[in-house]
Amino acid sequence: MFRVKYVFLQFVCLLQEKKEREREMALRNIMGKRVGIGLMGSRALSTATCDVESGSAKSINLYSAINQALHVALETDPRAFVFGEDVSFGGVFRCTTGLADRFGKARVFNTPLCEQGIVGFGIGLAAMGNRAIAEIQFADYIYPAFDQIVNEAAKFRYRSGNQFNCGGLTIRAPYGAVGHGGHYHSQSPEAFFCHVPGIKVVIPRSPRQAKGLLLSCIRDPNPVVFFEPKWLYRLAVEEVPEHDYMLPLSEAEVIRQGSDITLVGWGAQLSIMEQACIEAEKDGISCELIDLKTLIPWDKETVEASVRKTGRVLISHEAPVTGGFGAEISASIVECCFLRLEAPVARVCGLDTPFPLVFEPFYMPTKNKILDAIKATVNY
Amino acid sequence: MALSYLRSSSSSSANLKLLSSAVSIRRPISTDTTPITVETSVPFTAHQCEAPSRSVETSSSELLNFFRNMALMRRMEIAADSLYKAKLIRGFCHLYDGQEAVASGMEAAITKKDCIITAYRDHCIFMGRGGTLLEVFAELMGRRAGCSKGKGGSMHCYKKDSNFYGGHGIVGAQVPLGCGLAFAQKYSKDETVTFALYGDGAANQGQLFEALNISALWDLPAILVCENNHYGMGTAEWRASKSPAYYKRGDYAPGLKVDGMDVLAVKQACKFAKEHALKNGPIILEMDTYRYHGHSMSDPGSTYRTRDEISGVRQERDPIERVRKLILSHDLATEKELKDIEKEMRKEVDDAIAQAKESPMPEPSELFTNVYAKGLGVESFGADRKEVRATLP
Repeated sequence: MFRVKYVFLQFVCLLQEKKEREREMALRNIMGKRVGIGLMGSRALSTATCDVESGSAKSINLYSAINQALHVALETDPRAFVFGEDVSFGGVFRCTTGLADRFGKARVFNTPLCEQGIVGFGIGLAAMGNRAIAEIQFADYIYPAFDQIVNEAAKFRYRSGNQFNCGGLTIRAPYGAVGHGGHYHSQSPEAFFCHVPGIKVVIPRSPRQAKGLLLSCIRDPNPVVFFEPKWLYRLAVEEVPEHDYMLPLSEAEVIRQGSDITLVGWGAQLSIMEQACIEAEKDGISCELIDLKTLIPWDKETVEASVRKTGRVLISHEAPVTGGFGAEISASIVECCFLRLEAPVARVCGLDTPFPLVFEPFYMPTKNKILDAIKATVNY
Repeated sequence: MALSYLRSSSSSSANLKLLSSAVSIRRPISTDTTPITVETSVPFTAHQCEAPSRSVETSSSELLNFFRNMALMRRMEIAADSLYKAKLIRGFCHLYDGQEAVASGMEAAITKKDCIITAYRDHCIFMGRGGTLLEVFAELMGRRAGCSKGKGGSMHCYKKDSNFYGGHGIVGAQVPLGCGLAFAQKYSKDETVTFALYGDGAANQGQLFEALNISALWDLPAILVCENNHYGMGTAEWRASKSPAYYKRGDYAPGLKVDGMDVLAVKQACKFAKEHALKNGPIILEMDTYRYHGHSMSDPGSTYRTRDEISGVRQERDPIERVRKLILSHDLATEKELKDIEKEMRKEVDDAIAQAKESPMPEPSELFTNVYAKGLGVESFGADRKEVRATLP
């Protein structure tokens, strides 16, 4: 039995390596230069059943993991740049500490206070074949750059007939509630960007995921918007391998197996959902929890397979419910799995109001709201 | 407060002092309005216009009012600092101490019909526009008695009846709004202007130049005031701007550089700007000022500038000290009286805080109010109020 499992795992690993090699070839063709040593190294699988890597791992928090990823990215690619407001001294969340000292002011530099300028500049830099890693200080400030992202970055490859592209662009922004952020330091704007074909939207849930996903985003030949859950910058601590590794994009991960209901989420919300799952377990409800990781293009197959197994689905995110990305998932699932569904698709999300100041506890999709919805769905 | 008298020769003043101390009546602020002419600390620097004169007309009552207002603002900001550290104020709190002269001087030059719009460092401007301490502290603590009913917080103080359009969180976004206000004012022909304030960090936002172009094209009475405290959060002005001469940035629009720590210079400049804007369209004022606190309460304010610099400015250019010296040198009040005023301000602030603490938090149903216009938007239903239904008349 063990032998069979071992062979199976080897097979899975080989498949993974093949996919990686194909991707590297694709990257080479499009980026036109040596992509990076990291790809040839070992990498972690999302399900962590195949421990390909054997490097050391240290227990660090989210901002340190992102910092490590940026160090690796700049080290492996001499044409990678990190810029944004206040990144030079380390950034307001310390994600960029040590970069300016190590790689110099020509590669890690501050920009003035102009988001539209930052992203537009990043697109130009990426169009010349560089890896531009732009930081928007808070996702709430990304809107002046919205035109650049939607109209310039997303459509560049398409409208130039693949002559030009800004695939080297990665935009990082801290998003999400933090307990006291108020209107302009707590927003979750991922839904606006999920409506734009041509860019990718990636949201990690933990330090280990963040490092791998960020490196994948930086090396992906498409412009990516990478939202980092700011609540978890210090709170989330995990064993993160110290070497260079990448996690695949557009692959959702089932982080908790179950049979009664599928829960789909991303980012900081997953920890809340996990708590709800544990509580539901006490009532005998077995919940399957999926981390979407990449919001567009999202992994429909994994979610669909899970829904076919359980017959019920609940989506949860911090952004307001109307028009949030949960609506897209809901519509897709109903389209493909209508006859299998035992209950309507439940969405436990933020309310349809501006992100409030003192009312934040009422606004947020809390564990109890999720638990309530789980029970209502299961008992439909 | 009913007593009023004129300051006379020293002998009678000694008697009066005895009298006042014997009867222990608090002496009221002098209401003397005989003009005093004071020279501003530095001359104005002008761009594309004639600088106004360095001599400013003021009076003892005005100077004492300046002192009183600025002392109140200073005390209020310091009190907000302690409240934040006591976790009664949460979220973001951007303090204005050091910059009080801009708020006070501007108010002295204009009327409540002129509009002011500013960014998030707005507590003192709100006070200048006639706001009460209770409204400010309650808003900071998120209580019902706040000016925005507790729903806005530190960054969103508004006062409709005195045309204070707030309080904006996104940097630079308030300037195009200000130009829109100016258009409305020009259209209604009521001889008023709009002051759109922004900082040296915001001066690099593209929307500023868009707004300036529109205002200049259509001759709007918009006055763009750059409160240059030399640091955009932690970034010094020379690191963020190719040209830190913000008053020149308007290029085709005239500009004036003002010592923002001298309340009389600010008053003179704002008066000049109002006259100019009503005749010729937009003008940029650069207020050379300084903030003692960090950018916000989560910024110690000492990682990007030396403590010597901060204390140096405090010693040499502090706006309240300058007015105090003026008052004392012109013999308009004694040191003790000024200290009494400060004590009075301290007490007012403490009283307001106590009152604000008693104010309750807003009702949970307030979470859903004012998203849209009442009766014409959405209503929320259900146990978790997730169901929203559009309601129309």
